[in-house]
Amino acid sequence: MTTDAQVTPAPADAAQRGRLRAGLDRAVQGRALPIATVSLAIVLLWYALAVWLNADLQINRFERADQSWTFGELVLATWAQDRPMLPAPHQIVAELNKTVFQTGITSVRSLVYHSWVTLSSTLAGFAIGTLLGILLAVGIVHARALEKSLLPWIISSQTVPILAIAPMIVVVLGAIGLNGLIPKAVISMYLCFFPVAIGMVKGLRAPDPLQMDLMRTYSASRWQTFWMLRWPSSLPFLFASLKVAIAISLVGAIVAELPTGAQAGLGARMLAGSYYGQTIQIWSALVAASVLAASLVGVVALGERWAHRRMGAQP
Amino acid sequence: MTPTAAPEAAPDAAASEAVPAPSAARASAAAGGGPVVRTQKLSLTFQTADGPVYALSGIDLTVEEGDFVSLIGPSGCGKTTLLRVIADLEQPTDGDIQVNGVTPHQARLERAYGYVFQAAALYPWRTIERNVTLPLEIMGVPQAERRARAAAYLEMVNLAGFARKYPWQLSGGMQQRASIARALCFDPDLLLMDEPFGALDEIVRDHLNEQLLNLWNTTGKTVVFVTHSISEAVFLSNKIVVMSPRPGRIADVIETDFPPDRDLDFRETQAFIDVAHRVRMGLRQGIADDD
Ligand SMILES: Nc1ncnc2c1ncn2[C@@H]1O[C@H](COP(=O)(O)OP(=O)(O)O)[C@@H](O)[C@H]1O
Ligand SMILES: [Mg+2]
Repeated sequence: MTTDAQVTPAPADAAQRGRLRAGLDRAVQGRALPIATVSLAIVLLWYALAVWLNADLQINRFERADQSWTFGELVLATWAQDRPMLPAPHQIVAELNKTVFQTGITSVRSLVYHSWVTLSSTLAGFAIGTLLGILLAVGIVHARALEKSLLPWIISSQTVPILAIAPMIVVVLGAIGLNGLIPKAVISMYLCFFPVAIGMVKGLRAPDPLQMDLMRTYSASRWQTFWMLRWPSSLPFLFASLKVAIAISLVGAIVAELPTGAQAGLGARMLAGSYYGQTIQIWSALVAASVLAASLVGVVALGERWAHRRMGAQP
Repeated sequence: MTPTAAPEAAPDAAASEAVPAPSAARASAAAGGGPVVRTQKLSLTFQTADGPVYALSGIDLTVEEGDFVSLIGPSGCGKTTLLRVIADLEQPTDGDIQVNGVTPHQARLERAYGYVFQAAALYPWRTIERNVTLPLEIMGVPQAERRARAAAYLEMVNLAGFARKYPWQLSGGMQQRASIARALCFDPDLLLMDEPFGALDEIVRDHLNEQLLNLWNTTGKTVVFVTHSISEAVFLSNKIVVMSPRPGRIADVIETDFPPDRDLDFRETQAFIDVAHRVRMGLRQGIADDD
């Protein structure tokens, strides 16, 4: 019996591994090639653009130094400037390597440190914003009066440019003694509660009339109807909103660092870079921000997959 | 797919032997001997953008305890509306209605009836077992009893092995059977069924008709059953209410006295054919009035 049980899974396991490999092969053939081609094209285009944009400056420099130059020398020089108009990819990679891997993560020169500062206000703003969005949606779905009174405000809140509102939030919160993380988290929240609220209003209204009638036949309370029907129905909408919300939370956190005169964070890095013409620094902060955004969205997508499976969704 | 399903289901097998007794807490108003449903001059008019729709007009209907009443009529004659009024899902505009001697609203609060919709309306994120236990969760039944009852009623509708499956893994007929188990599991005295087999093919439907008849015989529940199939109505009911459209009203009421242990072959007998003929006449009359 026991040997049987131990032996039988093996072929199934092998079969599964075989299927996995076949799947991987298909993915490589199906997707990897086009992606690699496009990436290569972008990199080539980038190098060409770097030459084109940085050439004037470089020619000026050659002329001021009374130096003769060949085209080849010019090209190489445009890819190696200290403060180029557009840094070449390898310059950004080198800067990233230096500031991510070669620097202690507690140092103010470390991009990991700056990413963490931005990430912490992103996550704080995201958490509060998500909660606020859900609460608003619950209120709107359950009380018609709230829908009439709140929804116009929610929508008009997003028509005001965040760049105009961010300094005011910082000043007002600063006046009541709130500094550091809180104003940045608040600005993040201000952006991210919106998609959550709108998505959840739709999601909490997703149950069809029959599913609602069923709850009525059991004389279910509002709370029971919410918890056993509206909430599970809304989860696909929630996750779709969260993916947008986490990305704009990050945008909010970065934008919030500009008027706060923050010394740390990816936004502060970009601002400092632009003061001193450190384009390479700006670009590497930009790359760090995109990697961070992609990872955050990826984490939410993983959560979505997990919830999907827990809810027995059709694969 | 999941090897864990079988061993976990096993402990409940013993508990599923007997169908649990009705909860003592729920007092049955019908026990006093009055009719389960009684309507007098019941009317319902929907106000729509295109003007009023007279869905029900002057309905006088009495359903006695233990009756199997079928409402039959062409589509749009108000069968669903009548059932929904009984269930307090729709409010009548005129006339009187009592369920278990009280208003439909009170009867609903007392959880007097189980409702089977035209579609199974299972919640896709719940397993079949947890769909069946949904009303029990709402009514605060403890988990051990919930599971025992789900097992018992899934057994009754022949879905014993499917407790752990999700609705999408079941065929339409199986889903509808699960929804019947869901309506039965809190042991309501009254079962309201709105074309429960309407979407199924005839073979499955015949089979489920036999099962339902058997269920009615063994549980003695009162059933109000909506259909637009003549043979289904005649086969199942001891009282057939023929309805006609625009406005929805009762054209004929036929009481039958067929043997309770009849099977599908009974549909070939003269007694059956005679009643079916009378139903057909009633339906034809309703249509003729309409012209
Ligand atoms: N909520 C509603 N609003 C307006 N008209 C309705 C509504 N529900 C049903 N009706 C109308 O009432 C009539 C009876 O409908 P229904 O009871 O569903 O008929 P049946 O179940 O016999 O097919 C139909 O004409 C239908 O269009
Ligand atoms: Mg209908």
